[in-house]
Amino acid sequence: MKRSLSHTILFAAAAFALALQWIPVQAGEIRAAEDSGSFTSPQRIDSSVICASRLPDKIIPAQVLSGKQLQNLSVHSVADAIRYFSGVQIKDYGGIGGLKTVNVRSLGSEHVGVFYDGIQLGNAQNGQVDLGRFSLDNMSSVTLYNGQKSTGLQSAKDYASASSFYMQTRIPDFADGKKYNVKITMKGGSFDMANPSLLYEQKVNDKISNSFNAEYLYTSGKYKFSYTKADGYDTTAVRQNGDVKALRVEEGLFGTLKNANWKAKAYFYDSERGYPGAFVREEPGKFKHEDRQWDRNIFLQGSITDNVSKRYRTSAKIKLSYDYLHYISDPRLDVTTMYVDNTYRQKEAYLSTAHEINLFKWWDVNVAADVRYNALDADLVNFVEPSRFTGLAALASSFRFGKFRFQGSVLYTFVNDTAEKEGAAAGKKSEFTPTLVFSYAPFGDKGFSFRSFYKRIFRMPTLNDLYYTFIGNKYLNPEYTTQYDLGFTYSKGYGGDIFKHLDVAVDGYFNKVKDKIIAMPASNQFQWTMVNLGYVEIRGTDVAASCRLQFGGLGATLHLNYTFQKAQDFTDKSSSYYGGQIPYVPWDSGSAVLSAEYGYWSLNYSFIYTGERYDSSANIPENYELPWYTNDISVSRTVNIGRSELYATLEVNNLLDQQYEVVQCYPMPGRNFKFILSLQF
Amino acid sequence: MKRYETIPLVVTLLLVAASCRKEETIVPSTPTHVADSTASGDIKGFFLLNEGNMGSNKATLDYFDYESKIYKKNIYAERNPYVVKELGDVGNDIGIYGSKLYAVINCSNFVEVMDAETAKHITQISIPNCRYITFHGDYAYVSSYAGPVLIDPNARLGYVAKIDTATMTVVDTCIVGYQPEEMAISEGKLYVANSGGYRVPDYDSTVSVISLNTFKVIKTIGVAINLHRMEVDGYGQIWVSSRGDYYDVPSKTCVIDSRTDEVTDRLDLPNSGMALCGDSLYVYGAEWNYGTKKNTISYAIVDVRSHKVLTDDFITDDTKSKIEIPYGIAVNPATREIFVTDARDYVTPGKLYCLNPDGTRKWSVTTGDIPAHIVFTTRKLN
Repeated sequence: MKRSLSHTILFAAAAFALALQWIPVQAGEIRAAEDSGSFTSPQRIDSSVICASRLPDKIIPAQVLSGKQLQNLSVHSVADAIRYFSGVQIKDYGGIGGLKTVNVRSLGSEHVGVFYDGIQLGNAQNGQVDLGRFSLDNMSSVTLYNGQKSTGLQSAKDYASASSFYMQTRIPDFADGKKYNVKITMKGGSFDMANPSLLYEQKVNDKISNSFNAEYLYTSGKYKFSYTKADGYDTTAVRQNGDVKALRVEEGLFGTLKNANWKAKAYFYDSERGYPGAFVREEPGKFKHEDRQWDRNIFLQGSITDNVSKRYRTSAKIKLSYDYLHYISDPRLDVTTMYVDNTYRQKEAYLSTAHEINLFKWWDVNVAADVRYNALDADLVNFVEPSRFTGLAALASSFRFGKFRFQGSVLYTFVNDTAEKEGAAAGKKSEFTPTLVFSYAPFGDKGFSFRSFYKRIFRMPTLNDLYYTFIGNKYLNPEYTTQYDLGFTYSKGYGGDIFKHLDVAVDGYFNKVKDKIIAMPASNQFQWTMVNLGYVEIRGTDVAASCRLQFGGLGATLHLNYTFQKAQDFTDKSSSYYGGQIPYVPWDSGSAVLSAEYGYWSLNYSFIYTGERYDSSANIPENYELPWYTNDISVSRTVNIGRSELYATLEVNNLLDQQYEVVQCYPMPGRNFKFILSLQF
Repeated sequence: MKRYETIPLVVTLLLVAASCRKEETIVPSTPTHVADSTASGDIKGFFLLNEGNMGSNKATLDYFDYESKIYKKNIYAERNPYVVKELGDVGNDIGIYGSKLYAVINCSNFVEVMDAETAKHITQISIPNCRYITFHGDYAYVSSYAGPVLIDPNARLGYVAKIDTATMTVVDTCIVGYQPEEMAISEGKLYVANSGGYRVPDYDSTVSVISLNTFKVIKTIGVAINLHRMEVDGYGQIWVSSRGDYYDVPSKTCVIDSRTDEVTDRLDLPNSGMALCGDSLYVYGAEWNYGTKKNTISYAIVDVRSHKVLTDDFITDDTKSKIEIPYGIAVNPATREIFVTDARDYVTPGKLYCLNPDGTRKWSVTTGDIPAHIVFTTRKLN
């Protein structure tokens, strides 16, 4: 296992040097501890807990990107933004339209709960959410929690994943005397991309406001890429059939009652895209690949939070969703393919109630119960048309004793699968799973604290795992994860002229994935099935540091992240590759973001590094993937025209035109450009 | 103020680090010395084609040399550094004819033609969704799933392409059944096993018989569902495997008499692959059942004259328990050594087991991913 460490060491050393030289030299103001990750700026994680300041701070590792910071990153989608978090790998099939999923601390993407405005986005079919489809246009923050959110009043679903990712869209906010906000944005650039959007926010009255947001995206998905081997071939081609047409429309209502606030949202997404497929050896230009997919996602969701009294708060959530997917592979267009024309329809209904009681000054209790119903219908041969009922109940309790904080929770899960075809369903399962969270601030409010958590949770086999014709296996057991985390955070503001603020977070962790659900070959390449076979152990370290500097009129923020992970496959003792690093997990990865603003100008530079890794747990030269690193840079200028504000950005991404792959045979774009123009009034 | 001047320096360092990325290299072959193997007769060695998992472009070629007793894993890339993207995606069949080595690369949609003595690229013959290859006279015959698309795109017949081995071009095609697989030649006729694997549950169950003179289908023989492998014995009998439906209909081994073109036997012998040596047909079965979610594995020898199963367990030592998924079989006609490949989990390298004629293990070696197709060669690879 030869590993070239030079770049990594350089990178890590730079990170530490930067972090260390800003260790405090003078005492300053004490800032309230916020989310203890790297990206810290005052923001609201969830609009429904605005008035929840008396609750214990989040003591679980969390990372936040919000506001300007988020908008200034040169990214196309939410998936691109998460690359700046530590402990995270994005599986990216390349281009704007390519599937992008997030894997946190190597537990697998099915273990990440993805929440949109506080309610989980389900995909009972395959358990994966394509984060490449979520635009940053109306996003106010993205937050990643390892383990679970621990904010007090939360629904049972918030306890039900090994890690949770929250996308919070913009909540209408009106300047004094303003009745409406309008924002018109046009983005464009490489890949023939055109991406207009409109945001209209209206203050209906003192208690109710309305938000309408629509966005259209077109891209041909074409980009040049090349493969070069030392003393060997050198080829350049253009990625074909990666076009996307997508329309997103959201309508939201936000309101307040006496002690309560509520919101309701309707979401519509409709897209058509091509599937460029794996880039493998072929006679160049001989065959056209024309696979296409249509998606339509519709959901309605609402939530209300009521601060009934000083000691009691309650919330309720509801969601109805419908997802449609149509896939065509047509030999009339592509002679090499076999005919596939499949339609999948998913329906979901979700209801949640949560209660928080403050028993004593030092003791809070959260009780929550959720029910969810999923149904999947597909026109596959022998498809059993499964549906799933999930009931969740959570009991959590937090204690505060001086410098110690402690939270314990237990989640009860009940799952009952049924199917149209008799005897085809997996039946009932139920389970209790615990989480313990602990933090200790030895110096009181000095900004330094230790934290630790233990969490055991499982994911149910997805409906595809269980019932997909031919592949599915209804005898599957859930896949369990166990996480142990120990770390510290340091967060301090300084009154100095230049040095304003420093945050450091370091975590070490040990994770286990048991009964991992993997695809296993049955008897030939066409016959696969799902089995509970894998066992993976992950040992890792996440380091995050950020600081804020001010040089007169020039302000600068620097963020650094570094992750080390040893994620080993201990599935098969008889295998020569027992203990190999699991596919696509680099030992070292990291990022650096420097943003600076001066008057109406702002500059953002970001660097991402993914170290060497293998595309198979057989860590041999045939499966080796070179490290890759990209440099993105952007410049923005704000211009005030009367009462309107014009904002213009120019981005150059992958400045050095590095040719790389995240997933084998799926080339990534080289240097590319983007402009953003937006007018706000 | 001074201490912050390091920022541009660090940023520059990062940029420099980013710009001096290593180049990708051609992966060299891996030699393994095999302790105990003796050369005999004309056979100098064999090539093994590893399929590689679909979409991973990991088809690789291995070579075993009897004289030096060295097994070389992954020889194609280093011998052909200028061929873009190496051997390709899913190596589905291999054959030697004359001085040329042919590899059918299924998902790369061509037949790779190499020099059998150097394994160097000569040309490639484009055939969409090509599956298997066989040879006769001046021609190579390649089966393909990609026949013309008529009104119903689901009902797409396959074809056999006839390749002139002098010009390496497709000179004729003949439409056969659905998703044709292996072929065999006997009595001036080409037999094609049609699977219909993409038409579940309406599998094909026929063998198409093509006259080599006219290159037209002269007969279609009903055999059993989901046909796959074919071997012709010294008595003009065509042995055909049926994969069954993986639920209720089990895998079978069927026999066609090429003189009458009638089915003469249907043995209840699960058949995933076979190799003929003299009058012995070596058959392994890895029969998957979706009901029980289990593979049933068997290793049988059939006497082709009597159609009697002589043993259903030709591996006589613990090698049997080491093999996770038998995936390919070959028998050296001179030494009667039996070769069985193990695809294991399909995503890490497989194994090749060499067995003595008595079914005990002689040696084993690590191969590429999904070792599957073996061809013996009488020309030593340089």
